[in-house]
Amino acid sequence: QFQLAVPVAVVFAPGSVPGDLPRPLPFRDVQETEIPVNLKTTVTTRYETIYRSTTAQEEAALGAATAREADAALHPLQDTSLGSLTMYVVPEMSSLLPQGVSVYVGKHRSALVRAGGGLAALRARLQQLTQVMAFTVSSITAALSDRVPDGQLGPDARRHLKSSLGYEITFSLLNPDPKSHAVDWDIEDAVNRYVQPVLDKLSLVANFSVDSQILYYAVLGVTPRFDKESSSFLLSAHSLPHVINPVEARLGSSAASLYPVLNFLLYVPERSHSPLYIQDKDGAPVSTNAFHSPRWGGIMVYNVEAPASPQTSLPLHVEVDMVRVMEVFLAQLRLLFGLSREELPPEFLLESPGNEGLADWELDRLLWAHTVENIATVSTTLTSLAQLLDKIGNIVIKDDVASEVYRAVASAQSAVAELAVGHLHSAFQASKEAVTSSERAFFDPSLLHLLYFPDDQKFAIYIPLFLPMAVPILLSLAKIVQETRQRKKEPTKLD
Amino acid sequence: DQAEQFFRSGHTNNWAVLVCTSRFWFNYRHVANTLSVYRSVKRLGIPDSHIVLMLADDMACNPRNPKPATVFSHKNMELNVYGDDVEVDYRSYEVTVENFLRVLTGRIPPSTPRSKRLLSDDRSNILIYMTGHGGNGFLKFQDSEEITNVELADAFEQMWQKRRYNELLFIIDTCQGASMYERFYSPNIMALASSQVGEDSLSHQPDLGIGVHLMDRYTFYVLEFLEEIHPASQTNMNDLFQVCPKSLCVSTPGHRTDLFQRDPQNVLITDFFGSVRKVEITTETISLDPDLADFERKLPKDELATEPLKYAEQLPVAQIIHQKPKQKDWHPPGGFILGLWALIIMVFFKTYGIKHMKHIF
Repeated sequence: QFQLAVPVAVVFAPGSVPGDLPRPLPFRDVQETEIPVNLKTTVTTRYETIYRSTTAQEEAALGAATAREADAALHPLQDTSLGSLTMYVVPEMSSLLPQGVSVYVGKHRSALVRAGGGLAALRARLQQLTQVMAFTVSSITAALSDRVPDGQLGPDARRHLKSSLGYEITFSLLNPDPKSHAVDWDIEDAVNRYVQPVLDKLSLVANFSVDSQILYYAVLGVTPRFDKESSSFLLSAHSLPHVINPVEARLGSSAASLYPVLNFLLYVPERSHSPLYIQDKDGAPVSTNAFHSPRWGGIMVYNVEAPASPQTSLPLHVEVDMVRVMEVFLAQLRLLFGLSREELPPEFLLESPGNEGLADWELDRLLWAHTVENIATVSTTLTSLAQLLDKIGNIVIKDDVASEVYRAVASAQSAVAELAVGHLHSAFQASKEAVTSSERAFFDPSLLHLLYFPDDQKFAIYIPLFLPMAVPILLSLAKIVQETRQRKKEPTKLD
Repeated sequence: DQAEQFFRSGHTNNWAVLVCTSRFWFNYRHVANTLSVYRSVKRLGIPDSHIVLMLADDMACNPRNPKPATVFSHKNMELNVYGDDVEVDYRSYEVTVENFLRVLTGRIPPSTPRSKRLLSDDRSNILIYMTGHGGNGFLKFQDSEEITNVELADAFEQMWQKRRYNELLFIIDTCQGASMYERFYSPNIMALASSQVGEDSLSHQPDLGIGVHLMDRYTFYVLEFLEEIHPASQTNMNDLFQVCPKSLCVSTPGHRTDLFQRDPQNVLITDFFGSVRKVEITTETISLDPDLADFERKLPKDELATEPLKYAEQLPVAQIIHQKPKQKDWHPPGGFILGLWALIIMVFFKTYGIKHMKHIF
């Protein structure tokens, strides 16, 4: 049984209070809903809402010219603990929100909502908002995908990266035609400038390590078609799955770490196949010229302009525009983690997170899903370990395995308790510890079932050895007993 | 398209575990079997990092091999399956039942390198191919050990508990191979065997130049079938079940699909033998501000002052030299020794009689 508690604050700016409030401000409200996952597991979500009116500072902040400035001004004034949400209700006629937009979601954990309708409409908006900013039914059930009966989740449900303690990111530049293109990419600088801020933001979630390489004479597995109309080469959408495999063999997945590897490839097509565009299912060229594969990584095609005159000496020196490349790669990184901005309710406007890569509430989304997933994994692992021990009666549990199990149970319990109260940060840390301990306990090399024989096998081995040896011993023992008995009887007989 | 999506497998990566359980020159055909399957699997896209190959690897450089550094799979030496890029992960005496089960269940000592591990997750389709000498319910490993079908079934159950596979295809080419999959009870496993219980799997043909049988019949015909598969082909499992009928194979191949969720009709060969990835077009981008990045770039962190490193004491020599001998507690003799002495004493008294005791004491 899980309980997920989300602390929410709804702040009413002057002039935006709906007429039909049940009680005067400020007041608290709790809403609980149940999500049944399977017969034994249900997830209860609990929204603890505080309704209040603005303080003077918040009013001043809301008086800013644009929503973005208001958001920036409000940031220091709100509750910034992980997992919490603040919703500011502005009057209907306010010019803060642009036309046609009813909800503006900022970079941090707050949103500006246009008032309108009564309390019921407000509650509906609040629900939509929590769906976007915290978690939805489908994201929680996807995190618990092990327990959902098969057939309820589509085959695409489990495509986001599984929660792991660390990830390795590898950037590779593929240059199949070094004779024509001498490609330079300043990857170190790009990583420090653009990738590192995103990874720093995600450092709460996992440890990341980054490396990069350049591969020469690495070709894609598919020959692109030449399209006369656009005089360019096209890769159609259904040939994309076959592109990755021939390259993967040469990528050299890291030999050192056991963490999942995310590969980001930048492919500079050969002179003879330039320019190369990727076609989507409808036949239109893709604007980003990139595609990604769930749980693996992404590939982007970088076209180089043809040389101006045929006499330019080859190889052409190419300086890769890292900003454009990193925009695509970081977007792919977000998509691999499951942070997509596509499915939004209408009239929502999302603030772009800028160089940080993801907004605070998107980090919260990840943390909710990962915490739930971690706790579910821990309970499955420990249950299956218990079943293994039941089956093999004489398995030996070493002390350190036992202590890991105790630690895993304690951490899992504390994670569930913290989730029920709404402390997302401590819940996540506890769930990470629980997963580490339970994995260590389960995968301990001493628990191999092969090493422990059931008792009947032991009998089967020792009986053929000792039974023939024991036969003369037992017989002579019997003879001794017989003789002593006879001797005892004889004296009485003679007398 | 919706219906198509429903029948598609939900896997994102592929692994293969290929095991040849015999050694010695006369078992050439088992090594050739495994290497041929290895080549097909590589050709169809699974990279070496996702293949765990366990071979005794004593064929290519065997002193009895008339063509050193080669292993042929067809007479007239048409195809050298040993090639240049065979990456054997467990070779020679490392191919043991224990290592095999450790690879499957993941209970590996932490010092094992990444290439020797099966790092599959809940979205991996795994192909397991085993060949060698087998019997009713067991498979012989390297002439000294056996793995029983119960142990194998338990290993698969451990894998399922930890969700180490999405779907598993188990192919076995040994005598009485069908007995090995009788005991499986975990979901999402499909099994194929080259012969039923009570039947022997036969080898294909000997090569007079090399002097041994080069391949087994079942694997030979499976390979012929796989040669026609390319990464984009839509051939399904039902065709694989028809490979090698009794007229060609002499034994009756069997298969088991009751544990598998999807209909074999909808399972593509490339779901297990190849590695066809799901891809999505990237339609979103984020916007990066290069000037902002310049401004906000943190100063490089100072090098952390590291202590000079030195070796840890491996053997506490000082302690050992100055150790005093430990007083060992005296324990009364237990069990076996006591019984032995009791036996000796009884035999002694039987022989000499009790009244002679007074001569001793």
